[in-house]
Amino acid sequence: MNEWYMATLVGRDRPGIVAAVTQALYEAGCHLGETSMVRLGGNFTIMLMARCAQGGLLETLEPVADRLGLRLHLDRIEGRLHDHRIPDVRVSVHGADRAGIVAQVTGRLAEAGLDILDLDSDVAGSEAQPIYLMHIEGLATQGIEALEAALADLDAGITVHLSPIETMIG
Amino acid sequence: MVELDILTYPDERLKQISEPVERFDDELREFVAALEAKMRAGPGGVGIAAPQVGRFQRIVIVDVSGHRKVRQSHGRLVLINPEITEWEGLEVGREGCMSVPDYTGNVVRAERIALRACDEHGQSHEYRFEGYEARAVQHEIDHLDGLLFLDRLVSRRSDLFRRKVYR
Ligand SMILES: [Zn+2]
Repeated sequence: MNEWYMATLVGRDRPGIVAAVTQALYEAGCHLGETSMVRLGGNFTIMLMARCAQGGLLETLEPVADRLGLRLHLDRIEGRLHDHRIPDVRVSVHGADRAGIVAQVTGRLAEAGLDILDLDSDVAGSEAQPIYLMHIEGLATQGIEALEAALADLDAGITVHLSPIETMIG
Repeated sequence: MVELDILTYPDERLKQISEPVERFDDELREFVAALEAKMRAGPGGVGIAAPQVGRFQRIVIVDVSGHRKVRQSHGRLVLINPEITEWEGLEVGREGCMSVPDYTGNVVRAERIALRACDEHGQSHEYRFEGYEARAVQHEIDHLDGLLFLDRLVSRRSDLFRRKVYR
């Protein structure tokens, strides 16, 4: 089996894209690894780990991408499966949308030892009054107290909740 | 003591419904000891159910006392023929399972439960559990009914439950 690639597909969203892309991969004998699909600003976006018995990933995906009006990008990656890390802290942030909110919050968290495993953010509210929301799961490599301290004097109007994730293994 | 092997998903036997225990004898107690040893051998394992080692009887062991941040618990619990008699509240929490390697996910469980169960001598007890310990007990009892936490996953992205707030 050949190496892993990361395929990125972006374009106007419509029903059936995931089915069409994964069917093409299946028919070409390719294997799927971890994937993440999300709709961002009305766009379809997916990143998927794939590997093929023959090096035909580009040949396999290009016709589907063309047919569905998607842009395709492929990268050879150093990747492996069965290597999940378990987050121990969840951070949720909300506030009025404004420049620099992500940079400010994530900058402080990074300095205090947060290793982000997963992040998604969104803009809600209305055009006149947008609200910014962000959810992060990660590893507090210097403890949750360090993260709390780092966020203690954030700008007013940004609300941050930190909660430990206690994973129960049974 | 016999070394027990953990069945792992997608082993079909994990879907089997376990039978109540009827005989509380030395053989049962020996099995409970071996099951407990298996639970303690796993990294971070705070619970185990008999069907996870291929014995389809309603036996679970839970001990969350060694887990960091658990302030109070019942310590080592052998719960045989357990029956949940009361549920209260809902809470999202993250779970993993010795039978499902390399995966953890969010599951909704009752925050507090009341339970009746026998110990390994056949003595009946009543308990009240909450939080992390209640979660462990519910996870293990699911195994007795052929259910895995994978059957109860809720999406991370739609996780809007507010948990303990620290500031
Ligand atoms: Zn389990």
